[in-house]
Amino acid sequence: MRLNVSLLAAALMTVGTLAVAAQDADTAVAHDDGIRAYNADDIPTFNIAEDGTVDWATFSGFRRYHAECHVCHGPDGEGSTYAPALKNSVMRMDYYDFLEVVASGRASSNSVMPAFGTNQNVMCYVEDIWTYLRARGSGAIDRGRPAKRADKPEAYAEAEAQCMG
Amino acid sequence: MRPLTFSLGASLLLSATPLYANDALMELIDDPTQWAIQTGDYANTRFSELDEINRDNVGNLQVAWMFSTGVLRGHEGSPLVVDGIMYVHTPFPNTVYALDLNDDGRILWRYEPQQDPEVIGVMCCDTVYRGVAYANDTIFLHQADTTVVALDAKSGEVKWSVKNGDPAKGETNTATVLPVKDKVLVGISGGEFGVRGHVTAYDMETGEQVWRAYSTGPDEEMLFDPENTMELGKPVGENSSIDSWEGDQWQIGGGTTWGWFSYDPELDLVYYGTGNPSTWNPAQRPGDNKWSMTIMARDPDTGVAKWVYQKTPHDEWDYDGVNENILVDQEFNGEMRKLLVNFDRNGFVYTLDRESGELLQAEKFDPAVNWATHVEMDPNSEQYGRPQVVAEYSTLQNGEDVNTTGICPAALGSKDQQPASFSPKTGLFYVPTNHVCMDYEPFRVSYTAGQPYVGATLSMYPAPDSHGGMGNFIAWDARTGEMAWSLPEQFSVWSGALATAGDVVFYGTLEGYLKAVDAETGEELYRFKTPSGVIGNVMTYEHEDKQYVAVLSGVGGWAGIGLAAGLTNPNEGLGAVGGYAALSDYTALGGQLTVFALPD
Repeated sequence: MRLNVSLLAAALMTVGTLAVAAQDADTAVAHDDGIRAYNADDIPTFNIAEDGTVDWATFSGFRRYHAECHVCHGPDGEGSTYAPALKNSVMRMDYYDFLEVVASGRASSNSVMPAFGTNQNVMCYVEDIWTYLRARGSGAIDRGRPAKRADKPEAYAEAEAQCMG
Repeated sequence: MRPLTFSLGASLLLSATPLYANDALMELIDDPTQWAIQTGDYANTRFSELDEINRDNVGNLQVAWMFSTGVLRGHEGSPLVVDGIMYVHTPFPNTVYALDLNDDGRILWRYEPQQDPEVIGVMCCDTVYRGVAYANDTIFLHQADTTVVALDAKSGEVKWSVKNGDPAKGETNTATVLPVKDKVLVGISGGEFGVRGHVTAYDMETGEQVWRAYSTGPDEEMLFDPENTMELGKPVGENSSIDSWEGDQWQIGGGTTWGWFSYDPELDLVYYGTGNPSTWNPAQRPGDNKWSMTIMARDPDTGVAKWVYQKTPHDEWDYDGVNENILVDQEFNGEMRKLLVNFDRNGFVYTLDRESGELLQAEKFDPAVNWATHVEMDPNSEQYGRPQVVAEYSTLQNGEDVNTTGICPAALGSKDQQPASFSPKTGLFYVPTNHVCMDYEPFRVSYTAGQPYVGATLSMYPAPDSHGGMGNFIAWDARTGEMAWSLPEQFSVWSGALATAGDVVFYGTLEGYLKAVDAETGEELYRFKTPSGVIGNVMTYEHEDKQYVAVLSGVGGWAGIGLAAGLTNPNEGLGAVGGYAALSDYTALGGQLTVFALPD
């Protein structure tokens, strides 16, 4: 049974790679600064290798999302009875508006998005969370923990240490 | 140390003087036609002597009337009924309605607190509220922003109000209060924000603070008497909390108090549980992290702790220890004992002597539980009373940045706050449970006041190799430590149970059903689908010689967040993704009270 399941997983992985190949320019990788990938407009984006390996920053986004965001927005960016599905929100939203809402929050009647501007556990990883949610929203990665991930790049570790203090 | 011992001695002396016993409230609680406090009775049995609705006729139950609360959020707790008035509360903004049962439910008064909506942003897991309490012609409301308000039960006018905490630091409230004697006991939420938990007693008439007992810190701030506060038959000794933390981590160490209180008037002891230690990353807080995850027995007049028992020392899984302590007198090993029974999040059901705090039994109440093999029961062992952790499932031993897989139960526990019931007729406990496991990866986080302080990534999924559902409704026999029966449920059972002298047990489901089952066999006798998922607690009352059963619908809370989109099991490969039921396919937000009765 185990073997069958992993074969199925491998089959699905191939489909996932095709999805990545088909992604539009909005999420396509234009360059990489050694920490993360960016699109042609210098907006952070995910970078998923042909074998399904997820770049470290996007994997980090998965981890941080499920610590900081998921208690309201539900697992895998899928939304909940309490808060909207962020995997969809990020496909409609401008990147800089996203940063603004995370840092400053916003409120409407009985629904409040708190301001995370002073929270290093969020703000040091906000780009990671963005690329993770964009990868979810564009279908590049499926629900659950990414099966394969790249190691943490040295430049990422340095930037992280600097941000977290 | 000397002044501490002295002042504790003085307060112990004070407690020896006879104090006001609230006979009027006790009588009201004993009257099965009324429902004066959220737990039904002080013992937290949630058992009613009413038997007009019974196992033979419950199948004929009908909806008598409904009421919309006007709020679309998770509706926990239940209404109260006192002297022909029903009191209905809502989640944030915590509106209270007084409905005149003698006038077809006309709204006698409503109280709409003005709260800064900023508090919503620091409430983990929905803006739930588990309800108001009644005593001395007063309704006690504890708002999300921690304002405690005393309302005149007849007019709704504010008698007094007091602020118990500071939402800017992540301090909020979701729990009900306990009116006991001439005091109101209140807890605090915010374990995921590094809040230092405490229980506070306010004077019922004036709102003046009488005492506050922290869950962590110096003995005098916890109201611990090092020589006389006992754990498992031994004094806890000096600095029992501070010595179990590294540095000043105890100041942001959690141990919040958002569960239920119980009270034994004969022993004059109040019981409650403290929550998980902060953060969820165990490597950041070495030590036993006392007294998080602890059953506390305190004197309601002074707050001084008589005994304590820490269920999960140095938590590594967020097994928040706040679940209700049910007080029953049952035969145990051939002897009548005053028992306290606690179905903990960690999957063990603990039976203790509630006078001494002696541990009598600790058994798994879901066979899926795997994080510990057993609780050590040998009093001569150094490990006495401690769970024996399985290394494979230890998120501490596996370390930071490592994903520990297949841990059962998940962080929401084998049972969360939704209260169980006990029938003295059958001697059985009826327990709403979760059947969910998890992967847990802890990592380093920094603390910022008023910000989430979590430090772990979790994936949850239905218990593998089982019925595929996420819950069970079980009947448990604490005398033998065995399950009597278990009803598989598609979703976690997030509703509080009610057992009655009519040999019926009621509970709600996340799809929105109110179900009635036979108390002996578990056979389903009745179901009705209410407008939204049920996370409220079932209650019953009598009005004009007729028995009614009532429950709040309104899906939400942690169940609505975790289960709305359905669960996935990352360990079963990508093929299993989406293979489990999504709550959003069954129900949507709501806020309704449904009242049931037999046809005339």
